[in-house]
Amino acid sequence: MRTLHKFHGGVHPPQHKAESNGLPIAPAPLPKRVIVPLRQHIGAPAKAQVKVGDHVLKGQMIGAADGYISAAVHAPTSGTVSAIDLHAVPHPSGLPDLCITIEADGEDRWIERQRIDYKTAVPDAVRHALRDAGIVGLGGAVFPSYVKLNPGQQAKIKTLVLNGAECEPWITSDDMLMRERAAEIVEGIRIMAHLMQPDEVLIGIEDNKPEAITAMQSACQGTSFEVVAVPTLYPGGGEKQLIQVLTGKEVPSGQRPINIGVICSNTATAYTVHRAINHGEPVISRVVTVTGNVQKPQNFEALIGTPISEIVRQAGDTSHYIMGGPMMGFDLTNLNVPLTKAINCVIAASPALFPPKPAAMPCIRCGQCAQVCPCNLQPQELYWFSQSRNFDKARAYNLFDCIECGCCSYVCPSHIPLVSFYRFAKSEIVMQDREKIAADQAKERFEFKKQREEREKQEKAARMAEKAAAATAAKAAAAASGEMEDPEAAAKKAAIQAAVERAKAKKAEAAALSPSPHPSPVEGEGAKNTEPT
Amino acid sequence: MLTAILVMVLLAVVLGAVLGFASIKFKIEGNPMVEKIEATLPQTQCGQCGFAGCKPYAEAVASGQAAPNLCVPGGDNVAKSLAELLGVEFQPVGGAEGAGPKPKMVAFIDENTCIGCTACIKVCPVDAIVGSSKLMHTILINQCTGCELCVPACPVDCITMEPVKTDLAAWKWRYPVFELKKAA
Repeated sequence: MRTLHKFHGGVHPPQHKAESNGLPIAPAPLPKRVIVPLRQHIGAPAKAQVKVGDHVLKGQMIGAADGYISAAVHAPTSGTVSAIDLHAVPHPSGLPDLCITIEADGEDRWIERQRIDYKTAVPDAVRHALRDAGIVGLGGAVFPSYVKLNPGQQAKIKTLVLNGAECEPWITSDDMLMRERAAEIVEGIRIMAHLMQPDEVLIGIEDNKPEAITAMQSACQGTSFEVVAVPTLYPGGGEKQLIQVLTGKEVPSGQRPINIGVICSNTATAYTVHRAINHGEPVISRVVTVTGNVQKPQNFEALIGTPISEIVRQAGDTSHYIMGGPMMGFDLTNLNVPLTKAINCVIAASPALFPPKPAAMPCIRCGQCAQVCPCNLQPQELYWFSQSRNFDKARAYNLFDCIECGCCSYVCPSHIPLVSFYRFAKSEIVMQDREKIAADQAKERFEFKKQREEREKQEKAARMAEKAAAATAAKAAAAASGEMEDPEAAAKKAAIQAAVERAKAKKAEAAALSPSPHPSPVEGEGAKNTEPT
Repeated sequence: MLTAILVMVLLAVVLGAVLGFASIKFKIEGNPMVEKIEATLPQTQCGQCGFAGCKPYAEAVASGQAAPNLCVPGGDNVAKSLAELLGVEFQPVGGAEGAGPKPKMVAFIDENTCIGCTACIKVCPVDAIVGSSKLMHTILINQCTGCELCVPACPVDCITMEPVKTDLAAWKWRYPVFELKKAA
């Protein structure tokens, strides 16, 4: 039996898992139209590879990874590209983003799928296949997996942690996936383990999911992978928290798990890795929990790009929709947004299920938030600095170690929306940093321009001086050596002289023939030619 | 008596030497205030303060020749931090009504109207306009500081200032607004 460790703080919110984990994963009906955002991952958005009017097949790459931290997106079904434009996307801002809209032809015809024998292929080929299959972390952060699975120059990976904790209330998508497709998840873990060659592979699952634990344990038989039941405590599924519980090692502030030789990945990601490598199927669907105030709370396997409104059939008094869980999710501004790789749950909220929070009261500095903070931060101080826009202080108190889990807001007796303040402060600081970089760049460019203008002025002056010197020297030389001109100039002069002579002769001839008073145009040209050129 | 005088003289000489050495050894090149002020300024190099760029303005403010509330792009935020830095009373930018920082704008060239005269390229302080004589010009929006110096320079008025659109990458969480309960 493995000794487990504890992370600081944590809370026990009501779990509400039973609502949606009673029924098996159901395939969502094929939508008539899918809207695929090009930005479904952290990093640079994918670059569109199709144009309006193109016919695409299911699984065809329609957006290629653009840059290192990026991932591809694919057509979830066969059909015709009807638009590439801004469309509403699930984002707290409610701002639109670039999406590819495909009108489904109903045939759902696959493109030719190519599987890869990962055991014989070079690791980089496997990683590139993962990038081109659009594999990203499905735990919520949607970080491109091929980047994570590339340890580069880092020291050896000691532990590969598979995150099946799913600590957030209401969500059961990973739970159901582990129950129903444990063998396929284990195949995916095999591929990851083959790429990383870790000393040990640990699969952490919270002990409120006994069926998933049993299923994974039987699937792992005959392998060295160890399924570990971890105590149910929110946010035990946070990457750094799960690593601490399983290994006892704490990820240092401002660093990533790879710095302590650990890689953590979601079990649903392992499933997509298996589908991509062993079946050649990119990420074009995912399991999403639809729960809350709906007729039949259940998990659906839906195509990426399916409008949320087609998946959620809500009952009566639904007031709003939450994307993700109630602790870390955000309210959807509009149901006409597509399902993306990041969405693991949609909750239809009603006043009965989610009563409006009481009005916030002033902070009484009770310190309860500090007791539950899983990152060992001082939330009351961070709140103070964030609300007074004292961003330097907030940063000095390690605001950027905050994982926005919401434990502090959950326990706050004054009902202060603490996480909203941290998100505000974080985005302000990020923007300030960007502006600072832009200002420094502008300064550099301005100074360079001034320098260049100065240099050009000097060069011009030098050129003029040189010319003047050359002219005087030539004059002096001409005066000294009499009529010693260079032959070219002499020839030119002679030619001009000849032309003048000819013009004069012609003029005289014309005058002799007809004594008209108007001057001949030839004379003007001749006169011009005599000017020094 | 003599010993006392000698001791005092010796002390004075030694301490004077120490001070003299320190003033040479720890001499600060330039005015550190200028650097601090310049770091606060937005570096648009727009000249709206009446000086040819942010550094000349910073030097003028540091030497007391210019008021700290002349930076239009920086608005009251910059004026406030400059006033704090200098230890003077804050005066809002542009008179009593004050001005927030202007929304970020970038120049836009109507490429159908542009005649390719290069007049704007010459005045752009940060080389953010590319183009050549008798060829169309265009703005590098990532480098444009929104200083508006190119707008009056254009002989055919084809340059306009456009607000920068907020997209997902540049979106910020808003300051949370909630009502505090009145204390009973």
